[in-house]
Amino acid sequence: MIVGSQKSIDEIWDMIKGFKKVLVFGCNTCVAICHAGGEKEAETIATLLRMRAAQEGKDIAVDFSSVMRHCEPEYFEPVMEDLKKYDLILSTACGVGVNFLSDRTGTIPVYPGVNTSFYGAVESPGNFVELCAGCGNCILHLTGGICPIARCSKTLMNGPCGGTNKGKCEISKDVDCAWYLIVERMKKLGTLEKLAEIQPARNWSTSRDGGPRRVSLEHIRAYEEKEAANTDSAGGKK
Amino acid sequence: MKSGSNLEKVILSGQPAVTAELGPPMSADGHEVIKKAKELKGFCDAANITDCQTAVVRISSIAAAVLALREGLEPVMQMTCRDRNRIAIQADLLGAAALGLKNCLCLAGDHQVFSAAGRLKGHPGAKNVYDVDTCQLVGILKKMRDEGLQEGGDKLEVAPKFFIGASWTPMGDPIDIRPMNLLKKVNAGADFIQTQGIYDIELFRAQMAKIVNMGLHERTAILGGIIVPKSAMMLKYMDSSVAGVSVPKALIDRMNKAKEAAGDDKKKARELQEAEGIKLSIELIHQVLETPGIKGVHIQAIEWESAIEGIVKAAGLYPRPAFAE
Repeated sequence: MIVGSQKSIDEIWDMIKGFKKVLVFGCNTCVAICHAGGEKEAETIATLLRMRAAQEGKDIAVDFSSVMRHCEPEYFEPVMEDLKKYDLILSTACGVGVNFLSDRTGTIPVYPGVNTSFYGAVESPGNFVELCAGCGNCILHLTGGICPIARCSKTLMNGPCGGTNKGKCEISKDVDCAWYLIVERMKKLGTLEKLAEIQPARNWSTSRDGGPRRVSLEHIRAYEEKEAANTDSAGGKK
Repeated sequence: MKSGSNLEKVILSGQPAVTAELGPPMSADGHEVIKKAKELKGFCDAANITDCQTAVVRISSIAAAVLALREGLEPVMQMTCRDRNRIAIQADLLGAAALGLKNCLCLAGDHQVFSAAGRLKGHPGAKNVYDVDTCQLVGILKKMRDEGLQEGGDKLEVAPKFFIGASWTPMGDPIDIRPMNLLKKVNAGADFIQTQGIYDIELFRAQMAKIVNMGLHERTAILGGIIVPKSAMMLKYMDSSVAGVSVPKALIDRMNKAKEAAGDDKKKARELQEAEGIKLSIELIHQVLETPGIKGVHIQAIEWESAIEGIVKAAGLYPRPAFAE
């Protein structure tokens, strides 16, 4: 899932204080699981902003609402009319949601209430850990299921470097060395010898370095187009 | 001859090679580089010119290497993967070769958080690059030199002829992967290896026995790393905090003894510890050179380049071999 963390109220306040009617708009999928931007958090932020407005003597109306997902149009289409009542939407979705909504709200700005952090998992309640970097060219079969792109602070493909210290990364005693984990895991799997092969320089064009990325599924698009045509012709018969 | 560098010639001659290290300054003071180059000239076969070590901004390795070269000190330029992508790396390698540099040590580079680990502000918020890693970088240098091709495959009319080096942390963690780690660098094309500092000679020899078994000592020239200790505090710090370095208690005790012998006299305590550190380094040099599979030593006297002359002479490694041009 996408993990985010809430921006500070001070930062949010600086963004919104010039507006009159603000909607704190939550997303109830990934960012709700990591307690950053679901409806509950949207409500809390709205309350805090109203209090701040009262303290500073500013006349700002702050409401909140949410939808299940900000990243598919069908989820927020039912509330689009409602959104038009505001002069600012503070989205607490991830950056995907902020972008996607912003492309559809015309003259109403959409600001971020959350810092989108990474693709991660819930390690334990309240602890989220980055496990994938979305590099577009997965090599987890070569590294014992542990990603050096996401989890090595130098994204080394032929690690470890000389900075491993008692299983920890040179950047901090609190950060596991990904290559230490890879080696230990591959020992258990009996596949350590695979690491002797030199991984060549990567083609980063599948990653962010290739510019904005897109995945297009021809068969799904063809199916949708066919369905739409059928509906049209069925409608025509009536 | 792959590069024709002095370091390569010494290694080919079969005599133990000596490399040292020169840290460029954190300002545009080229005289500092020249001063250090004069201190090292004649006492090593080549000197590493560090590439913004600990991620601190300094005169670039290439520029400082050229200053050293003009003083008659053969440089080993360093190239870290931290700051440049493969385009910048190759462009710099071509420029370095055109400027007459012949040795290049490939490194991952210290992470940028190191730059603010001490008293400096550094640049801990910098973006790191790591487009390629050390193994891949070694391979790029080899491909440029031996095949006359850029990494992407474009032809080089004039190939840069570097003697290619890499580092190795023999006692790094996890220790059982380290021989394979070296194997990969050698397979990638490393002509010489400089190791992390060695204090635990027994452990080092155990690792080297594995290397000799694998035959890697015949395929690359391994220079054992000596970090000249200045004080008991420095030894303790390296033991506890520097990755891949463990310092036996007996050595720390020796330095403590030297310190205590000075009583309350701080100046004397410093002098006695420095003298003990030099003595200890000379012993380590002999122990490392006696280790099967070793072709030389890499002596680092960090911000203490003036110590090298005495150490090299006392270790019986002076004069250094000279070759006709």
